[in-house]
Formats: sequence, structure tokens, C-alpha cells
Amino acid sequence: MDIIETANLTKTFDGFTAVDHIQFSVKKGEVFGFLGPNGAGKTTTIKMLTTLLYPTEGSASIAGFDILRQRASVRKNIGVVFQEPALDTELTGRENLDFHARMYGLSPETRKKRITQVLSLVDLVDKKDILVKHYSGGMKRRLEIARGLMHSPTVLFLDEPTLGLDAQTRRAIWEYVKLLNKDEGTTIFLTTHYMDEADFLCDRIGIIDHGKILVIDTVDNLKKSVGHDVITLSCSDVKRFQKRLEQESWVSNVTPHALYLTLGVERGEEKIPVIFDIARIEQVSISSVDVRKPTLDDVFLYYTGRSMREQNPEAPRNKTVKPARFWLRWWKK
Amino acid sequence: MNRRDLQAIYMLWLRQMKRFLRAKSRVLSTIIQPLFFLFILGFGFNIAVFPGMQGSYINFLAPGIIAMAILFSSMFTGVSVLWDKQSGFLQEVLVAPVSRLSIVIGRTFGGATIALFQGVIIMVISLALGVPIVNIEGLLLTLVIMVLLSFTAVGFGLIIASKMHDIEGFQSIMSLILMPLLFLSSMFYPVNVSLPKWLLILSYCNPLFYMIDGIRGSFTGVNNVLHPLTDLGIILALCIIVLGLGSYFFNKSEA
Repeated sequence: MDIIETANLTKTFDGFTAVDHIQFSVKKGEVFGFLGPNGAGKTTTIKMLTTLLYPTEGSASIAGFDILRQRASVRKNIGVVFQEPALDTELTGRENLDFHARMYGLSPETRKKRITQVLSLVDLVDKKDILVKHYSGGMKRRLEIARGLMHSPTVLFLDEPTLGLDAQTRRAIWEYVKLLNKDEGTTIFLTTHYMDEADFLCDRIGIIDHGKILVIDTVDNLKKSVGHDVITLSCSDVKRFQKRLEQESWVSNVTPHALYLTLGVERGEEKIPVIFDIARIEQVSISSVDVRKPTLDDVFLYYTGRSMREQNPEAPRNKTVKPARFWLRWWKK
Repeated sequence: MNRRDLQAIYMLWLRQMKRFLRAKSRVLSTIIQPLFFLFILGFGFNIAVFPGMQGSYINFLAPGIIAMAILFSSMFTGVSVLWDKQSGFLQEVLVAPVSRLSIVIGRTFGGATIALFQGVIIMVISLALGVPIVNIEGLLLTLVIMVLLSFTAVGFGLIIASKMHDIEGFQSIMSLILMPLLFLSSMFYPVNVSLPKWLLILSYCNPLFYMIDGIRGSFTGVNNVLHPLTDLGIILALCIIVLGLGSYFFNKSEA
């Protein structure tokens, strides 16, 4: 059974299309990830699926409930960890968790048990009675995650769950997410722009850019689509060399960049001498060469034509400003 | 409305109480501000003679100041909704599996409790200043009207807040609406035939007029235009309409 299904889901803000007719489904018990750069439409998709934004066009269902017509039933089945902090800073950490637990109707015993459990998971036990406004950014983030994991929803949405966290906490959270998925069968929908996170957690990945899904597949299949090995060549006359290499049957794909080429091949180490031979005949000089297993970054590069790392890596809060500005303009009209 | 909804109402109410008691400057300023009005205007205008006004000016002014304290405090609930919107906390509330109605009710109860608390403080101070009361029944009726006024004002704040996204904008819209409402409410001067006709008509169109007239009629029992129970009926109707609209708009708003 598909637990999330979308049909032409679209959201437009003031003429700008943030999410453009996307269509995908997530199976029960799956960990599904949206991988894409900032501003690709990941958060907007989550907000529509969690009933916080109305879609401009199209629809979706969660656990069989329509996100437009059965909003209350949708909310009963979901949990969300927001990208931007959604904590009450005038309350203590424990009070924030208690608020959440009661809003989700947890019984007093479960409430106490879960609060202690999640607090120790994110290592905030000794900070639990401090007002959240005195927390550091990382502590707020950890509390936020802890809160999202507290009740056991059918589908858990995680919007950039480990953004800005240290390596150790990221690991702990990944492990917990895996555990939640395995032990409680929670379906998990997450967005991330970290390749390693998508790689570690997700069963299937959708690559999203400019509001459109470019491809959806398992991590292994996506990597295979790039080739078994990736060779990166820094060379002169990139364009001409690219055309030449495309004629070779053993090259599965060639992507040109300003100063280098990447090609997907099988048994890359055996292909290097062949490439050098071709380069000598073509009078192309190669300054460096690198062979490695494909990563999700190569996958992203393959489908979007650009590297995720090339774009501003740390400006995550920008896209939430857009709708606010839109409303401001709307009011001033 | 199930148990979870009731618990949500209680939680939202409790949260606002905690926040209010922790923001000491807010407690202080919302009490002191109406006191300035009461003391400065009250004693300043005490020497003036208004046609058709019985008793001293401070007795006339006190009911208006009680209403004003409630109004100012209620508006703060609107600001706090916007604050939640900007800080992102509203999302946490809106994705929770509780009915929108219970969120509106919880908010309204929280805001109204604080507003009522501040109104009662001004009332007690007025009594201490020697403002006379009619009788105990009148005092109870005053409290009932104050409760309704709190709910109406909070509901009104929620309507405006659901349409806005920034606090500065909310505050300027609020003062744009509140100032004429206060000036036309019979709070500062008696509304009677000696006023120009257009001013009289505008006053009668002002919902706040009935609130203050109602408090004046039930609290001090003099200088009121309508019977306090007539005022009560009008206030009750207003309250229901505003709360209905408030939950409608809140339901429609996106986080």
C-alpha cells in the first residue's frame, strides 16, 4: 500500500512556482528522501503534505486521507520535524516536550517515559529545565528532533533533520531514525541536501530541483545509472575531448565542466591507459586524473548538470522568507 | 469535542499563563498604562463640567479605563499569535491532531484570562480611589460584561492576526482601528443630545460604546445611555459573531 501519494502537486507563490506538478508515492515502512539544493521546493512539499499550506493545484493523500478534504485525519497520522525552529523559547525544554505530548494525546505514563527517552537521545537531560531562549542553536535543533520523535506517527516528516548538528549527534539521530523505522514500522519522508545522509538513511530517493522531480529510484540504482566507476579528468580542450570520448562504447556518460570532464565507466582503473592513448592521438593534455566509486553527488550532477556542492551550501533559512514576503506585499497592495 | 481537544485547550491556556507570568515587564506595563490614563485624565478633567454628567469625572472615566485595560491586553494576544507565526511555533500547533476550534478556544481562553485579570486590577484600584458601586448584583454583571469584552477583543485580535504576517503591521493597523473606537466610545465624554448628530450616530455604530456603556451602567449605575441588560444582549451577540469569524479566519490561515 502506498502511504503517501501525490498527483500533480503544485504550489505557486506570487507567480513563482516553488513546486511544479510533482508526482510520487511512498510505500508503507519505507524511508524516502528528497534530495535537492536549497530552494528546490522540498520544504514547500512537506508543508503541503502536512496541511500547513494549501496546494495551488493537484492533490495528495497520506495514509489514504486527502490532504485537502480530510485534513484532521491526515494530522492524526503524521509527525513533523520542521527545518526552522518551532519551539516556544519562553518555555523550558521539558515544557516544550510536555506541550507536544499533551497535544498529541499521549497517556501520562507514555508521556513521562518518552520525554526521558528522547531527552537522553539528544543529550539534553541536564538542560531540560532551562528556558529554550537560553539554548544554543544546536541544542534547539536537538530538542526539535527529540520532540518530533516523541509520538509514534504513521508517517514522520523530517525537514533537513541534521542541519547544523555536529557529527556525533547526527550519527545518534540517524541511528534512532533507522530504529524507529525498523521497530515501529514508521514510514519516513525526509528532505536533505546532505549526500551522506540520503545515502545512509534512504531506501529510495527523489532528486528534486527547481520544483520538479528529476528522477526517483533506489540509491543503488541511481548510482548504477551513473556507471560503476567515475573518472574525473582535468584536461585541455574539454569540449573536443568530450565529443571524442562519447564515441567510445565503454563510456556510459560524459559530463563536461569548465576545466574537467567526468565519465562513467566499468573497471575504471583499466580504462585510464586507454584514455591516455586517445588523448595522445587527439593531442589533448591531461593534467590530473581520478577514479572512484560514484557518490550521490555524481548522481545529482548527472541529472541536473551541476554539482550540489557548487551552490551556496549554508543558506537554509532563505526559502521560508519567501512566503512571508509574499504576504507582506499582498497586504500592502 | 473529545478528550484530546480539551487537553489541547488546557495546554494552550496553560502556556499563555506561563508566558504571561514570566514576562514581568509585560505584566507591569499593561497595568501601569491604564493607570496613567485613570490618574492624569481623571484628576485633570475633574474640574471640567460636562452637560448632563452626574458625579465626578473620575467616576465617569473609571469604567472606560477598565474596558481599555482589557482591550489593550487582548490585543497582545493577537501580537502573540503573530509572534508564534514568525518564530515558527504556530506550525507546531497547527500540525497537531487537534481541531482548529479547540486551538481558537484555547488561545481565546488564555488571552481572555489575562485581559480579565488586568481589568479586575484596574477595577480594584478604581474602587480604592472611591469610585462608588451600585450594588453587588451590578458588580457581578460588570464582571460578566468584562468577560464578554475580553473574549470579543481577543477574537477581534485573532481575526486581524490571521490576515497579517508581521508584528509592526499588526500594531499600526491596531492603533488605526483602536484610536477612533476609543474616542467614539463615550469613554472620555458623555454621549448625549448635546453632541453633534454625526458624532452621536458614529458613537452608536461603535461596538465599544455598548461595552463601556454596559460597564458604566452596571458598575457605577449613573451616566449610562442604555439599560445595562440591553447592553449585555448587544455585547453577547457581538461576542458570538466575532468568535465565529475568528475561528473561521484562523482555520483558513496558512502557517
